[in-house]
Formats: sequence, C-alpha cells, structure tokens
Amino acid sequence: MSDELGEERGTAGAPNPYSRRAVALAVVLVPVLAFTLLLASGLGRDPSERPDPVAATPAPAFSLPKLGGGERITSASMRGQVVVVNFWASWCIPCRQEHPALLRAWERYRERGVVFVGVNFEDTEEAALAYAEEQGGDWPLVTDPGSRTAIDFGVFGVPETFVVAPDGTIVAKEIGAVSYEWLITEIDSALRRGGSA
Amino acid sequence: MSAFVGTAALAIALGLTVYGVVASVAGARSRNAAMVESARTTAYSVFALAAAANAAMFAALLSDDFSVRYVAENSSVATPTFFKVLALWSADEGSLLLWNLVLTGFLAAVAFTFRARRPETFPWAMAAMYAVAAFYLLLVLGPTTPFATLDPVPVDGRGPLPLLQNHPLMAAHPPFLYLGFIGFTVPFGFAVAALATGRLGDDWMRITRRWTLLAWVFLTVGLLLGALWSYGVLGWGGYWAWDPVENVALLPWLTATAFVHSVIVQERRGMLKVWNLALVVATFALTVLATFLTRGSILASVHTFAQSIVGPMYLGFLALVLVVGFGLIAWRRDALRPEARVDTPLSREAAFLGNNVLLVVVTLIVLVGTIYPLLAEALTSDRVSVGAPYFNRNTAPVVLLLLFLMGIGPLLPWRAASAASLVRRLQGPAWTAAGAAVLVAVGGGGPTAIVVFSLAAFAAAATTAEMIRGVRAQRRAGASSWRVAAAGAVRRNARLYGGMVAHLGVVVALVGVSWAAFADRSGELGLATGERGRVGAYELRLDSIEERREAHRRVIESHVTVFDAEDGDEIALLHPSLNLYPASSEPIGTPSLRVGTPWNGLRDLYLSLVSVEADGSAASFRFYGNPGIGLLWAGGVVIALGGLLAALPGRRKAGPSAVPAVPSERREEVRV
Repeated sequence: MSDELGEERGTAGAPNPYSRRAVALAVVLVPVLAFTLLLASGLGRDPSERPDPVAATPAPAFSLPKLGGGERITSASMRGQVVVVNFWASWCIPCRQEHPALLRAWERYRERGVVFVGVNFEDTEEAALAYAEEQGGDWPLVTDPGSRTAIDFGVFGVPETFVVAPDGTIVAKEIGAVSYEWLITEIDSALRRGGSA
Repeated sequence: MSAFVGTAALAIALGLTVYGVVASVAGARSRNAAMVESARTTAYSVFALAAAANAAMFAALLSDDFSVRYVAENSSVATPTFFKVLALWSADEGSLLLWNLVLTGFLAAVAFTFRARRPETFPWAMAAMYAVAAFYLLLVLGPTTPFATLDPVPVDGRGPLPLLQNHPLMAAHPPFLYLGFIGFTVPFGFAVAALATGRLGDDWMRITRRWTLLAWVFLTVGLLLGALWSYGVLGWGGYWAWDPVENVALLPWLTATAFVHSVIVQERRGMLKVWNLALVVATFALTVLATFLTRGSILASVHTFAQSIVGPMYLGFLALVLVVGFGLIAWRRDALRPEARVDTPLSREAAFLGNNVLLVVVTLIVLVGTIYPLLAEALTSDRVSVGAPYFNRNTAPVVLLLLFLMGIGPLLPWRAASAASLVRRLQGPAWTAAGAAVLVAVGGGGPTAIVVFSLAAFAAAATTAEMIRGVRAQRRAGASSWRVAAAGAVRRNARLYGGMVAHLGVVVALVGVSWAAFADRSGELGLATGERGRVGAYELRLDSIEERREAHRRVIESHVTVFDAEDGDEIALLHPSLNLYPASSEPIGTPSLRVGTPWNGLRDLYLSLVSVEADGSAASFRFYGNPGIGLLWAGGVVIALGGLLAALPGRRKAGPSAVPAVPSERREEVRV
C-alpha cells in the first residue's frame, strides 16, 4: 500500500517529474551506451592474436631486490643498454626449456652492452635459488614482491620475455619459451635501434 | 530426420514464445484472465518442444547420424556412449540447445508454481521471461544452426574436443552452471514486472526469494565443479586461473550473493529498494555478459567456443537488458524511496550494507580486470593482458574484510547495538581469533597467514556462537532435549540457520584456499625407469611406463611410487597418464591424485606426467603437495547445503513457543 502512495508522491508531488525522469534516464543510459560501445569494439577482435611486438611502449620502471639478498636492481641504472627482461619460475617447465637459449645469448652479448634481468615470478626464494644454482647463468636475478612488476608488464604466465631498447621502450615480447634465434634477432635489432638513435 | 524434427520443434517453440509475450501483455492490460491463463499454459508446450529438439539431437548423437553437422563435428563412432551424451553441450550450438531446455524448463516451472495463486505481476513476469526465451530460441534458428546438415554424409565424425572427453566431471559442470545462470531469469522477470506495473512492494522479492536462492546454489555448485574439473584435468595443480571465462561466471555469483543478503534488509527495514532491483538487473545482465564474452569470441580463453557470428546479437540483447532494467529503475526512482535509514554503523543493516558494498567492489575489480584488455585496446590500440597477480592482490584484502563482516554481522542486532552487549558477544570469537593467531605463529606462519587464519577463526566462532544461542533459547523455552531444541531452532528459522551454515562453509573453503596458497608447492623432476628422485619432503620412484590403446585414444600411463623422504615409508601409488586423441596433435594429460584426508594432513599429492621419452625409458613429472584443497570442496558442499536450507519453506509456527532471542523472520513494518 505504501508503494502506491510512494508512486503518487513521485508523479504528483514533484514539480516537473518528466524532466527529472529524463535526467535519471540519461544517468542510466549514457553509461550503458558507453559500456556497449566498449564491448562492441571487441567484436572484430581476434583474441588469439599476439600483441604486436614492434608497438613501442615505454617499459615500466622497476627497482627490485636481488634474489638471495644484496643490492637492488633498478631499471633506471640500465638506461642506455639493451635490457632483456625474463620472467621465470622454478616450477615452470618451459622456463627450463628456454634456459639454454638464454645462456647462449647471454654469453654472446654480455660484453656488448646488453643486460639480462631474470624476474622470479610467484615462487619461493629457496626454490628459485636452487633452480638458479642448478641451471647456471650469472645474469642478475631479482624477486618481485607482490608481483608488482609482473603486473606492470602485463605478464600472464611464465615464461615471458621482453626486450627493452636503450631508450627504454619495449621492442619485443615473447610469450612462452624463447628460442636462441628469436633472442639474437630481437637483441640485434634493439642494438641497431640504439645505435641509430 | 532428427534435423527436421529438431528445427521444426525450435521454430514452433519460437512462435509460441512470441505468442506468450503478446498474450501475457494483452491479457494483463485488458484484465482478460482466460488470455493470461492461455499464455501461462503455453509455457508447458514451449518446454515440451525444447525437450523434443534436445531429444532429436540426442538421437542423432547416439545413432551416429553424421548427416547432422554438429554430430559429425563433435562425435564419432569410437566415442564412448557417455561422451556422446556429453557432446550435446560440448560445443556452441549444442550447448545453446541445452540452454534453451533449461530456460524453457524454468518458464514451465514458474507457470506450474503459479497455476492457482497468481500475483498481479505474474503476466508481466511471464512476458519478460518469454521475451528472454524468444531471444535464445532465435539464436538457434539462424545465427547458429545446431541442426545444419551435411551432404555428402561423412563416414565418421571428428569426435569431441579431447579436453572435454577426458573427464566425467564435464557431465555435471555445464548443466549446473546453466541452471544457475538461467535461474536468475526468474527474479529478473519479476523485478521487471514490478517496475513495469509500479507494484514496487516487497512482493517481487518474496515471490522470487526461493528461486533466487536455488539459482545461487546451482551457480555455486557449477563454479565449484568447474574448479574441480580444472584441478582434476588440466594438470597444473591449481583450480582457478582467473581465466576470463572463469571470471565472467564468477561475476553474477558475486552480485547474486550480495542480493541474497540485501533482500533481508529490504524485508526487515524497507531500505535498499533501488539497490536490490539494480542487483537483480545486474546479475541477469552479467549472465548475458558472460555468454557474450564466452561465445562471442571477444576475450582469449580456454573456454571460448569457435568463432561465431552471434556476438553482435548477444551484445544487442545485453544492451537491451541494461536499458530496460536500469531504465525502468530510473523511471520509477521516486517510488523507490527508502522507508528507513541506517541509524548507526553498529547495526546489522550497516553490516549488510558493508557486505554489499564490498561484494560489489570485488565484482568491479574482477570486471575491470577482465575487460581491461578491451578498454586498453579501444583507447590506445595496445594489447595488454591482465594475469592472476592483479586479481589475487586486489581481491584478497576485500575478501578478508568480508570475512570480518561475516563474523561480526550476525552479532549485531537490527537498528542499533548497545556497545556493552556487543563487547560481551565479541569476547568468545575474539579469544578464538587470538588463539588461532598464536597457533599459526607458533606453526611458523607469516603475518598474512596470521591475519587470514585468525579472521577465519573469528568468523567461525561468531557464527557458531550465534547458532548455539538460538538452540539455547529453544531449550530454555521448554524443548525436551538439546536435539529437539536444535531441530526446533532450525525449523523456526531455516533461513537464518541456512545462512549460518553457508557462512561456516565459506570459512572452511577460505581456510582451504589460503592454506594451499601459503604452502610451498613443489617442483618437477625427470626420472628414468627404476630411478628415485626427491621433491620436497617426498621421494618419487618411477616403476614403469605402459602404453595401451583404447577405442578413442592411446594412453601412456606411468606408475610412480611416492615415499616419505624422511623415514622411507611408502605413501602412495600414483599413475598419471598422457592421452593421445586422433583429432589432436597435443597429448592431453590426466594427473593422478592421492586425495588429502584428515589422517594425512589434508595434503593432496598431485602428479602430472609432462613428457615421456620416445623409447619409454624415462619421463618428466610435475609434482605438487597441495594441502587444504579438500577443504575448498568440503566448504563448497556446506555452502550449497546452507543455501538449500535457507531456501526451505519456513515453518516458523511449528516450533515450540515464541523465542525472543531468535530474530523472527516476520516482517516488521518499520517506517521512519
């Protein structure tokens, strides 16, 4: 009963119920329209398509503690160099598969202004250190407390590898295990880019 | 033959739903009871026709009728009968047939429920539900064609997707999910009817309370079965990956959970009217969004069905639902004034409000994370992905706050609490929480673990105390034994006790989830036959690798013995396998599991076979010692049982005598 009263209040009591209703409707309909348009923008999309590797976006800045303690590694300190950021975990099988390729590329480029950074992803320090010991490679390994850097990079799972040019833009990204060929192609092109810049 | 029967049945059903919309509206407007009755009984025919279409597809699947393209693409002669039946919903077109069956089933159930007692809003609600059914029937009559035929007829079919024919759980997960999703059509229909007719009292909520709860229970079970499937099949040792399609199925569950709480506030205090209607519309809209994102091929996911042209249709339907639902709420805004306000934050309505706000915050976090790739691409044309860390980091603190409110809410009375009584009631739970904190700290848990487990202990203790309070009151009121008192308390207030049971289930599930998350998960190892290798506290020995041929696949099975690395005792025999299906080049693994029980520390031993040497001399494995995951399943069962208990018809009058300590469910007309 009170509801019928309420309705009378709404229609007869207000000075101009129609303009108020129009405002209320607009408040509802505009966001609905915007949301629909947003979803519509995805209609022609191929969800399996990989991100365009040459779409140059600035690499997120980071400052991460070294695995096993010690100083922090910051993105700022590596400006001017080609940086290969590799997200990995001790529990990740494809990470094991790609490790020899990383090792080879590291040996090839370490004296040529290229830095590798291995960012440990959703792992325990103990397991990560054991993995590093077992697999070898002496490029800096860092932990990522709270996965903040992984979130910044948009990492979906491990392994994911990013090549960052000397000017700090991401020039290549690979989801899944990287190959030696992919690494040398992308690092060489990043080096050339740095040279011409 | 099946193709003709199926298509004809669907076409007639579509015609009848259109008639249902027209007759319902016309009958309601002209107050023509015969016309409304005709619209009502039409629901039975529509259901029968949808059942006939499904039966036609069943017949085609079971008789290997490869002239039907769907059968040729999703079944084969060698497919076991069980998986032929499952093929009905293992691909887009077939699952839409099942969807229509469930939807028209709900229509028929509503028509049956209101055969005698017919609320004023009934014809309008039927019209809204018929309109929804018309949309889904239209989808299978053109945009998708489940009964498309092939000529020439292939000799054999391709068989179901390997991933979907690898585990029997696939039989239960989709139907439960659909029952949950589609069940929300009923509250949506009655909410729209209330808005359309201006009968905005609590009738629509009272009418749909049980429907909503049942849909919520179905969706809860459906989500859990999906998680269980993921855990039992995918071999990555986890159960929830924040995959977009998992997320969109979670979204309506979150808003529906908010709704089953906030209706209580409207019933008791006449508040949150707009909010409740908005939650119902949002829940239904989110189920449509879920279908749109799953079947419209918008976001990458293991679930996405094949590319289809139905995306724009789903989107149009979603926009229509949003415009009609929220537009009507805006239109009726003036009639939806609250009858009371929250007097103090120390009241049960404030706790409910907090619970609702937090659940909506979780909904938004998950929604934003899920569609953020679309947003970023629309604005900057960058492709981004949002992974599990975002969701874990952002939802975890909100879930902890919810856990706290869940504990404290039932301790607060309606309207206003006296600080003294609150302090008295808080003592037991607070001490329990402190005890749990000490235990976790002694057990070596970090600060996060201490917070999580002590909050869980707090919520569990507060909930248990609240349940005991009602039973005690019954005993004092003259129940002859504690057993009678407990039965009486539950019978008198099934809804409250159902809620409390569900809360206990939530605590158990969250403890399991957190325990598994905090625990160190073990790694992987390669073993030659006869070799032993150590992972964490365990030692694994590869005994043998065998290969066998089954009708529809080749199975490579390994036999592994697990030992306790400390004392060398044999703990378990595990036999993970890789399955090779003709239709797929990638092998599909079947992990092997030693289920955790209270006698072995609730620790699941979970072993996946990753790869096998070509000559069968060695293999590599992934091993997880997952503690506590069993608590998630157990908690889920308790949650569902609690939901069912709350949905039981109330028989308050049947209890012994009036007990003031138990809040009566009778609506108090509080007008301010």
